[in-house]
Amino acid sequence: MDASYVTPFVNSVTNVFETMLQLPVTSGEPSLKSQGEPSFDVSGIIGMSGDLEGAIVLSFPITTAERVVSLFTGTETSHTDDDFADAVGELVNMVSGGAKAQFPGKQVNISCPSVVIGKDHQVFGRKDVLCICIPCQTDVGDFNVEVSVRKSASQAAMGNNQQAGAA
Amino acid sequence: MKVLLVDDSKTMRNIQKGIMTQLGYGQIEEAADGLDALSKVGAFEPDLMLVDWNMPNMDGLTFVQKYRATGGKAPIIMVTTEAEKSRVVEAIKAGVNNYVVKPFTPEVLSERIKETLDRLKAA
Repeated sequence: MDASYVTPFVNSVTNVFETMLQLPVTSGEPSLKSQGEPSFDVSGIIGMSGDLEGAIVLSFPITTAERVVSLFTGTETSHTDDDFADAVGELVNMVSGGAKAQFPGKQVNISCPSVVIGKDHQVFGRKDVLCICIPCQTDVGDFNVEVSVRKSASQAAMGNNQQAGAA
Repeated sequence: MKVLLVDDSKTMRNIQKGIMTQLGYGQIEEAADGLDALSKVGAFEPDLMLVDWNMPNMDGLTFVQKYRATGGKAPIIMVTTEAEKSRVVEAIKAGVNNYVVKPFTPEVLSERIKETLDRLKAA
């Protein structure tokens, strides 16, 4: 995966959390995540298609997720509340949307979000797309942004043709 | 003033409802997607609509196009994660009056609402 795909997601998660939650985020060193490696207890998942394809996961320990959602909604929210998953979904929606805007000239669609709640659950993406895990720290706890994104086959082919033409 | 909030996220609708209430707009109706909004807009006759873009069943752009095609004149502010200039242009061509990119602060949304309503008064 192109490392330049990481920065837009780091920028976007910082922007979303600071704007909507007034919560500063410090991102750590990205690392490769293995397929099937468990995420935290709460995952907000969104798919991307078009010129870029793949998926984004915001993964939180349950306590962090509850604190983050409580800040977002302005009311104390438990993971058992009806609207908890909706709030997590909206957060990953905004992070993905903000990131895709930082790929100029790329036509990218994002799916409606899905949310998984459960200890030690695993999120499996496409085997042929690497997953980069960006650890994030906040005053209410740590979470991860997991980015599995690459150029679509048609975009990659276009790039190869341009290189061949230049050679 | 009657406001119709159209967003598939209940969280986002609640946030917008809070801001609307603080601005003094007490009559608020909600819709969870474009189809739901189409079913409510005729009877509710909003003075203002906040509309998300990406929603299941019917997206916001399609709702705006269908609403305008029936002669609907209420001002519409698109509130969406779609931030690219091409998307803004597409929305304005569809009949949107103003545009707010998520994430937003209450101050930005309030300002955009005021700007939209002031422009209409001036027209």
